[in-house]
Amino acid sequence: MRLEPKPAPSLGVTLLFPIAAIVVTLLITSLLVLAAGASPFSVFYLVAKGAAGSQFALLETLTRATPLIFTGLAVAVAFRAKLWNIGAEAQLYIGGVVTVVLGTGALPLPSYLLIPIIMIASMAAGALLLLGPAVLKTRFGVDEVVTTLLLNFIVLLFVSMLLEGVLKDPMGLGWPQSSKVIAEAQLPRIIQGKRLHYGFVIAVVAAIIAWIIMKKTVLGYEMRAVGHNPEAASFAGIPVNRVLMKTALLSGGLAALAGFSEVSGLKGNLTLDLSPGYGYSGIVVAMLAMLNPLGVIASAIFVAGIFVGADAMSRTAGVPSYIAQVMVATALLTMVTAILLTRFRVRWR
Amino acid sequence: MAEKLDLHLNKSCKRGRRALPQQPHPAASPPPSPQGGGEAAAPVLRLSGITKRFGPLVANNGISFDLKRGEVIALLGENGAGKTTLMNILFGHYVADEGTVEVFGKQLPAGDPRAALDAGVGMVHQHFTLAENMTVLENIALGTQSAWKLRLDRAAARKRISKLAGDFGLAVNPDATVSTLSVGERQRVEILKALYRDARILILDEPTAVLTPAEADALFRTLKLLVAQGLSIIFISHKLHEVMAVSDRVLVLRSGKLAGEQVTAETSRAELASLMVGQEVASPKVAEPKIGAVALELKSVSAAGQGSSHRLDGLSLELRAGEITGLAGVSGNGQATLAALIAGVLKPASGEVVVQGASMRDWSPRAALGGGVARIPEDRHAVGTIGDMSVTENVIAERYATARFSRRGFLDWKAAKNFAEEIIRDYDVKCPSPDARIRLLSGGNMQKLILGRALDPDPAVILANQPTRGLDVGAVAFVHRRLLEARERGAAILLISEDLEEVLALSDRILVMSKGRLSSPSRRGERTIRELGELMAGHGEGMAA
Repeated sequence: MRLEPKPAPSLGVTLLFPIAAIVVTLLITSLLVLAAGASPFSVFYLVAKGAAGSQFALLETLTRATPLIFTGLAVAVAFRAKLWNIGAEAQLYIGGVVTVVLGTGALPLPSYLLIPIIMIASMAAGALLLLGPAVLKTRFGVDEVVTTLLLNFIVLLFVSMLLEGVLKDPMGLGWPQSSKVIAEAQLPRIIQGKRLHYGFVIAVVAAIIAWIIMKKTVLGYEMRAVGHNPEAASFAGIPVNRVLMKTALLSGGLAALAGFSEVSGLKGNLTLDLSPGYGYSGIVVAMLAMLNPLGVIASAIFVAGIFVGADAMSRTAGVPSYIAQVMVATALLTMVTAILLTRFRVRWR
Repeated sequence: MAEKLDLHLNKSCKRGRRALPQQPHPAASPPPSPQGGGEAAAPVLRLSGITKRFGPLVANNGISFDLKRGEVIALLGENGAGKTTLMNILFGHYVADEGTVEVFGKQLPAGDPRAALDAGVGMVHQHFTLAENMTVLENIALGTQSAWKLRLDRAAARKRISKLAGDFGLAVNPDATVSTLSVGERQRVEILKALYRDARILILDEPTAVLTPAEADALFRTLKLLVAQGLSIIFISHKLHEVMAVSDRVLVLRSGKLAGEQVTAETSRAELASLMVGQEVASPKVAEPKIGAVALELKSVSAAGQGSSHRLDGLSLELRAGEITGLAGVSGNGQATLAALIAGVLKPASGEVVVQGASMRDWSPRAALGGGVARIPEDRHAVGTIGDMSVTENVIAERYATARFSRRGFLDWKAAKNFAEEIIRDYDVKCPSPDARIRLLSGGNMQKLILGRALDPDPAVILANQPTRGLDVGAVAFVHRRLLEARERGAAILLISEDLEEVLALSDRILVMSKGRLSSPSRRGERTIRELGELMAGHGEGMAA
C-alpha cells in the first residue's frame, strides 16, 4: 500500500469527507453497541435525542461546548504555528485560580469592571504559563510537548495545594473547594433559570476574533508561515521566535478563559474536578475543525453533544456512557484519515 | 567537463569490445562478455505506451522506447517534463495508468520495486539513499541477505566489492563510514550497491549535479567500463554537453511526451535544446559592464561554518555596482557560509560588512533587505518558498510588514494579490492563480517568483546562490536574462554557482572558493575551465593567502 499526492479536491469533496467520516464512526461504534447487547439504531437515536432532542438537552450541550470552544481555539491557534500546546488543561485551571482569587471579594467593583478585569488577569496568567515552555523551546530546544504535558500535573497539584490551603472555603465543611465568587463576578445566565451562561457568547466572539487574527492580520500570516516552514519564514525575515512567543501568549490566554468561564459562569467556585479533561478534548476539537477557529465552534458542539447525549442514553438504554469517549476518539481517527484521503490517493500494490 | 573531447566515448567500447587502452586495469580479465556479435539482439528493456496521470496533469503520455544491451540512453528534458515520473514507473515506485514495462522480455509486475531489483534494474538516485552511520560495506550488503541471518558474511562481501570496484574504477574504502565520504565517493557506493545486486540496467538520475568536473570525468570513465561489460544505462540529465558526451541515443521528453529521439552522433546541442523547449534558445549576449562604486564590502570577515560548509577566516571581498562577480567552487567550501553572511542569516565572529557605505550592525534577514540586499537562496523548496502557502502569501514574505502590504497589524490582501499578479505577469510565471499553493508549481516557475520577489524593489546588491540549479533550459535563460538586466540597472551581483559554464557565461569577474578562501580574481576570459577546475580542487596558482 502506498500514498500518492493528488491535486487539491473540489469544495464538494472537501465537505463530503467529514460527513463520510462521521458515518464510518457510527458504523465502527455500532459494533461496540452490539457487543453491549443493544440496538445501534436506538442507541444513536437516544444519543441524538439526549444531545439536541429538547430545549434542556440543547442548552446542556451548548453549556458543555463552551469550555471546549476555548480550549479548542487555544489548541487550534498554537498548532497552526506548530507550537504543540498540550497544556490547555493547566492553563484552564490557572484561569480558574485567578478567577476565584480576584472574584471572591478581593476587588469590590461593579460587574462591568470586575468581569473584564478578571478575564484579562486570567488570560495573562494562562499566557504566562505557556510562555515558559515557549521560551525553553526557542532558547534551548526543549520539546514543548513534554513541558506542557507535564505542567498539567504540576498545576493540578498546585491547585490541590491551594484548595487545601489558602483558597480553602472556610464554610466548605472540609471539602477541597474554594469560596464562591461574589455576585458581581458571575457571568449572567442567557435564559433565566437555565445553566447556559454568557460564557458561550464570549466563546463564540473569541472564535470570530481568532478567525480574524488568523485570516486578516499580520500576526496570523506570520503564525501560518512559521507553522508551514520555519526555515523559509526565517530566511524571508519573519521573526520566528517572536512569533512563537506571541502564539504562546494567545493560546495560553484562550485556554485560561475556559477556566474563567466555568468558574464564573457555571460552577461558582473552584474545585479539583473543574474540568473533566477539557484541555485534552480541546485537541480533538481543534483537529476535527482542521484548526479553523470558526470550525472549532461546530466541532466543540459536536463533541459536547456526544458526551451529553451519551449520558442521557446510558440512563435509558443501559449502555455505559464510556461509549461517548470511544465515539469521539473514533471520530478523530476517521477525520484524520479523511483529511489524508483528500490530499493523497491510496494505491494498493 | 574540462576537456569535452575526452568525454566522447570511444564508440568501439560500446560495441562490446574490451580494448581500453587508456585504462590499464583489472578489467582486462572480466568474464567473457556475452555480447558477442549479436548486434540486433532483443532489447533488455522495453517500455510500451506508458501513460501516467496525476489528476488533470498527464505526467507521461504514451511513452515507448527500447534499451539495447550495452547502450547508453540519455533521457533529456526540462524539469517537469516527466523524466522522474517515468523512471519511478520503471522502478516500480509508481503504477502506470496504461502501458507495460518489459525487462529481458518479461513483463514487470506494476508497482513492485523488489521485482524491478530482482530483474536487474538498479537506480542511483539524485539524492543518495545511504545510511550515514554505517560503513560502505554494510551499506552495500544491506538488504541482500535474509534478515534472519544474524551475521554478515563480511569476507565474501568484501571480496565481491573489491572485485567490482577494481573492474569498474570505483575506488572506495569498504570500511569507511559513509558520513566521512565525499559526495563523489558516495555516488560510487551507490553504483557499487546496484552492481552488487547484479544490476544489468543502471538508471542514473542527474548523476553529475553534485560532482566536480574531475569527479564527473571519473564517472564517465566508469560508465564506459560498464557498457563494455554489456550493461545498459539510462542517463537522466538536462545538461546538454554531458548528454552529447556519454550517450549513444538521446530521448527528449517535453511535457510528458516523447518529443524526439536522436542518435547522438547525428545530432547537435542546438537541435537537442530546441527539441527540449520547442524553440531555439540563444545564449545570452553580454554587453560591456558599466562598473560603478563598491556596493558591498567584506573586510577580513571570519565566521563559523554554516551547516556542512567551510568556515571563513579573514575573508575580504568587494562587489561593485554594475558588475557580476561569479563565485565558482565545489559545494561545501564556504560558499554557503558566505551566502548566509550576506543574506543576514549568519553573524560574523569578527570583521565588518559594509553595505552601500553603511556598516552592518544588526544581523537579520530584515536588516539585509533594508540595506538593499536581494537574496535568491540556494534551496528554493526548503528555504525560498513556503510550499503549503499560496503564491500571494509567498511573494509578500519579505515585505509584508511594510506600509505597502499592511496597516495597523492588518494585511492588505488586495495589494498583496495585485503584487502577485504583477510578478506573475512580468516574470512570465505559469500558475493557475495567485491563490494556488506554491508547491504545485514547477521548479522554474517557483524560481521566477523568487526572482520577482527579490528583484522587484530594485536592489543595490543581489546575492544569487545557485540560481539555476535543476532548472530547464528555458528557465535558465530567463534567469540569466533577468540577472543581466539587473546588472545593466547598476546592481552589484554575486553569482554563486557550481556550474562553471554559467559562471563563465555571466561573470565579469570570477573568483574561486576553496576551503573557505578566495582565489585572486580574474576578468572575463582570463582563465580557462581547466585552470578554474584546478583552483576548485584547491591547487593551482592564484589562491590568495
